[in-house]
Amino acid sequence: MDYVIIGNSAAGIGAVEGIREVDSKGRITLISDEPYHTYSRPLISYYLANKANWETMKFRSNDFYAENNVETKLGMKAVGINEADKSVNLANGEKIEFDKLLVATGGTPFIPPIEGVDKNNIYNFIKLDDAKSIAGDIENLETGKVVILGAGLIGLKAAEALFKQGLEVIVVELADQVLNAILDDEAAKLVQQHLEEKGINFIFEDTVTQFLGEDKVTGVRLESEKELDCDLAIVAAGVKPNIEVVEETDIEVNQGIIVNNKLKTSITNIYAAGDVAESNNLVRDIKEVVPIWPDAYNQGWTAGKNMAGVKEDYLECFSRNSIGFFGLPMITAGIIEPESDDHEVLVTKNEEEKVYKKIILQNDRIIGFIYLNDIDRAGILTGLIKEKQSITEVKDELLADNFGYLSFNKEWRQERLAK
Amino acid sequence: MKRVYAKEEYCLGCRLCEVYCVVNHSKSQDIIKSHKLEEITPRLVIESKGIISFALQCRHCDDAACTKACITGALQKDSKTGEVTYDQEKCVGCWTCIMACSYGAIRRDESGQKVISKCDLCGEEESEPACVTNCPNGALVFEDREE
Repeated sequence: MDYVIIGNSAAGIGAVEGIREVDSKGRITLISDEPYHTYSRPLISYYLANKANWETMKFRSNDFYAENNVETKLGMKAVGINEADKSVNLANGEKIEFDKLLVATGGTPFIPPIEGVDKNNIYNFIKLDDAKSIAGDIENLETGKVVILGAGLIGLKAAEALFKQGLEVIVVELADQVLNAILDDEAAKLVQQHLEEKGINFIFEDTVTQFLGEDKVTGVRLESEKELDCDLAIVAAGVKPNIEVVEETDIEVNQGIIVNNKLKTSITNIYAAGDVAESNNLVRDIKEVVPIWPDAYNQGWTAGKNMAGVKEDYLECFSRNSIGFFGLPMITAGIIEPESDDHEVLVTKNEEEKVYKKIILQNDRIIGFIYLNDIDRAGILTGLIKEKQSITEVKDELLADNFGYLSFNKEWRQERLAK
Repeated sequence: MKRVYAKEEYCLGCRLCEVYCVVNHSKSQDIIKSHKLEEITPRLVIESKGIISFALQCRHCDDAACTKACITGALQKDSKTGEVTYDQEKCVGCWTCIMACSYGAIRRDESGQKVISKCDLCGEEESEPACVTNCPNGALVFEDREE
């Protein structure tokens, strides 16, 4: 059996481990356009802030590929797939044949069509090379001012890292709050306040309409006509599925590559997983791209097992994030701003302590939550979402400090703890 | 694999499991010094309400959500022993494992380091963890319940 995997991050590595769980002999070839050993992309902000180095960023040990008998094609770009003769074309002209193929090409930054966005010193913040380029540049800045477009997860992680490197950081965001995708406005206010106290500046409900300067960026003009000086800019306006390699194929694509619960695409023997895949969201019950690390790994793992012949479904796809800024941690999951009326919201808040907890219920099930600052045991809620567990019995205790397995009846508890 | 199981019927909530967990993971190995001079977060969680209580350690799950969620590779499943292993050097304290563990068995280290604290079965393969050895009521057992 010849397995080919395009992608070397969470989903690709999950697939290697999933395949090897079942099939120790089949040939695995792993292709990546990045020349590096598998590393953790979320750690580039730690790398930029000198909190992680290349060795600690490696997602698996140096002997991972050898141990798992994986042939790597690193620094080689897959440019096309021939469904009929089951092969992948590389940019160097090489053709790799497969019996089973996984497309795990991840996401690619969305670059808004802004005048001057192609100037030097304007970066995305997705890959190690982005962090390396930024790290190289910040030593020679004149003003030390940086403008970041976007107050999402990537924009704020970049803001924190660059601030820690001594830069003056202004974040420009079109929405009226930080972390629009994972926080409600209450929690966002507390996070914003924390970031401002630490020294990050924000401009909301505005956006960059032009990057100023000759070759290098020297400033930005905003929609409000305001101008800001800077000699470094980061565009963090979102990430979209990296579907380039399947564009010439008949593989069905919406926003991402459409997959079923076994991570199969519409074409036999071809699978997709991770940030490039569009699968069923457990909480929202629609197909969508959920670009988060745990789903990428789990989808890759499940794809790998299915590729190796074990029929297994992955049914736990829903958004969830754990992140922190300047020591303020937060864990959020599922639906945090429900659109329909048939839900109930439980909230507790302590502004001084920057503690905020919100749990969203629908039909006696948890469909989402926000834990800000007090994040301990948040995984119990994640588990309840996954299990679609009725919480009628424990509803009054969900927000209590000692909420835990004791809140449930003995039978429920022991079934889980005694096995 | 052998795991630690709680028998809540026998637990009085005395927290000796926690005390000896701290001692066993201390530099001094001394009951007083480890608690008074070293900042050690217990590697287990004690739940207690009224007359019911029990200790809860990392379950070293067969299908461990934490290892599949960990963004750094610090948490991994040892395919030989079954243990969920933790490499503190790789951990950046992102708490994704806390989000993933449906038992709530992973804690933030309280000494200010950006690392986690979770049961390592006291390190030695097949030897009994300190929490089990030191439970005066036999409310914690270390056994293999798999088929």
